[in-house]
Parts: sequence; C-alpha cells; structure tokens
Amino acid sequence: MNKNFFIYLLIMSVITYAIRAIPLVFINKKITNKTVQSFLDYIPYTVLAAMTFPDIFYSTGNLISGIVATIIILYASYKELSLIQVACIGCGVVALIEIIL
Amino acid sequence: MEEIRRGMKNGIPIALGYLSVSFSFGAIAVSMGFYWWQAVLISLCNLTSAGQFASLGIMTGQGSFIEMAIVQLTVNIRYAFMSLSLSQKVDDRFKGIFKWLLSFFITDEIFAVSMLEESVSKAYFFGLAFAGASAWIIGTTSGAILGTIVPTIVHHALGIALYAMFIAIIIPGMKKHHHMIKIVLLAIILRVGFYYLPILNQLSSGFAMTISALVSALVGAIIYPTEEIHE
Repeated sequence: MNKNFFIYLLIMSVITYAIRAIPLVFINKKITNKTVQSFLDYIPYTVLAAMTFPDIFYSTGNLISGIVATIIILYASYKELSLIQVACIGCGVVALIEIIL
Repeated sequence: MEEIRRGMKNGIPIALGYLSVSFSFGAIAVSMGFYWWQAVLISLCNLTSAGQFASLGIMTGQGSFIEMAIVQLTVNIRYAFMSLSLSQKVDDRFKGIFKWLLSFFITDEIFAVSMLEESVSKAYFFGLAFAGASAWIIGTTSGAILGTIVPTIVHHALGIALYAMFIAIIIPGMKKHHHMIKIVLLAIILRVGFYYLPILNQLSSGFAMTISALVSALVGAIIYPTEEIHE
C-alpha cells in the first residue's frame, strides 16, 4: 500500500479512540435525569437488536442455515442458557445444516 | 485476579465471534492488496469491525482524509453512547488512567457483556477486553496469512457466533423491564427498514444501526421511563 497508509491509520485510530474515551473519561457523575437514565437503560438492547437483525440471517452465507439457526438460538436464549452455550449451539446448527445440504 | 479470570471466561463467546470476523478482515485486506502487517496494525489500533472494513475501501480508493474521518465518525459514533452508558455503571475504583486505557476496548460486544454486571470493575472489564482483543489480533493475523485455506463451513458456522451471543443477551434482558420487548422490536423494525427500503439502504450499515438504536431508545425513554429498575 501507498505511503499514505500511516496517515489514514492515524486518522481512523484517533477518531475511533476519541469517540470511545471522551464520554467515559469526562462523565464522572451519576446522571439523575429520568429520561436520560431510561435512554441509557434501553441503549444496550436497542444497539444489539439493531445489529442482529436482519444481519444474522445472512451471517452464514446460506439463508436457510441462517434462519433455522436463528430460531433455535431464540429458543435457547429464551431458556436462559449461558452466552457460550447459545453461541456453540448456533455454530453447531449451522455446521450441521451445511453438511446435510 | 479472580475478577480478571471471570472476565476472560465470560469473554470466550466474544473471542469466538471475533476470530471469525477478524479472520475475514485479514483475508479481505490482503486480497485487496494490503500487506499482512498492515491488516494487523489496523486491527491493533482500532478494534472495531465496521470501521475497519469501511477503511479498506477508502484507502484503496485513495479517498480523502476528510472522507476517512467522516466515515469513521458516523460508523463508530455508537461507541460514544456505549461509553456514556458505561460511565454510569463503572465502580468507584474504575477511574483516572484506567478510564483512559480501558475505553479503547469499548466494542459492541465487550460493552454488551459488561453491562450485564450490577457495577463494572476495571479488572472484570480488562478480562473481557483481553479475551476479545487477543482473539481480534490472532484472527486478523491468521486471516491475513492463511486467507482462503480454512474451509468455508467452519467460517460460516463461526459467522453466527456473535449474533447468537447478542440474542442470548437481549432475550433475558427483556424480562428486566416489561416494555423492553416493544422497544427492541421497534429497533429491529427501523433497522430492517434501513436494510431493505430503497434510498434508505444507501446509508452505511453502522450509521443505520446507530440511528435505529438511538431513535428507539429515545422513544422508549419518553413513552416508557424505566424508573422501576432504579428503585
């Protein structure tokens, strides 16, 4: 790659780090505003939900294994299996389906 | 030490998912003409999936530095909200230099798993970060060097690991607050809209994700405040 590589790298790294560091470093008080508090309660879940759907269906390179695995993952999560168990079940189902197909 | 170990253990699903994603990143970067060490350096300095993938196109296309800055800002702005959320959950000893150092490791997955804690200690967060970041580097390096040697079936199977973990976090979380399911569904509907509707699907995925998450969390905060969690 060209000599600009390091400049590009510097720009992206600094920006990405600043976004992550500034709120955590500079907000040291507990926020008491109810609306902001509620917003922050919802954020982890809405972020994860927006990241998961619909991308999960395409994550395996095969729509059928993606959809079937999603249904099984939803069920396993509903049964409150641990994160690692659910992740392994998901991977296992996909591998199984792709071997069969 | 016990806390670090617990963090690393809970970080295993993160590591599993990261191996697959960073492996693709390494392989794709090399296929686009980058040296293997460049791919590894990008991973080492950024630790973010969408932003890194986006950067490859900008660099090979000789995009402007401004373009690089704007793309990284929009794709990664969600981390600011996670960082803000985390600032409300860290314990009293997670401060000063540790905030400067550990904030580098705020990723979607590390954040999500750490938020399952009542209060987040620096040792526990470090454990999660260590598990995630080392997998990210190992994955990138092996992807850049081994490229296409790994059978696609392994790759496909690992591809779903992160999403499986997300669902395993979301579903039990819905029981914490009875309106959560509506807000989560709203986030999904918005994101699906951005994915499939014409014009809207021109937005970068990181940006579309951020808007969907922010708007739905905002709607939730206004219509269904979560007071009972804090009582």
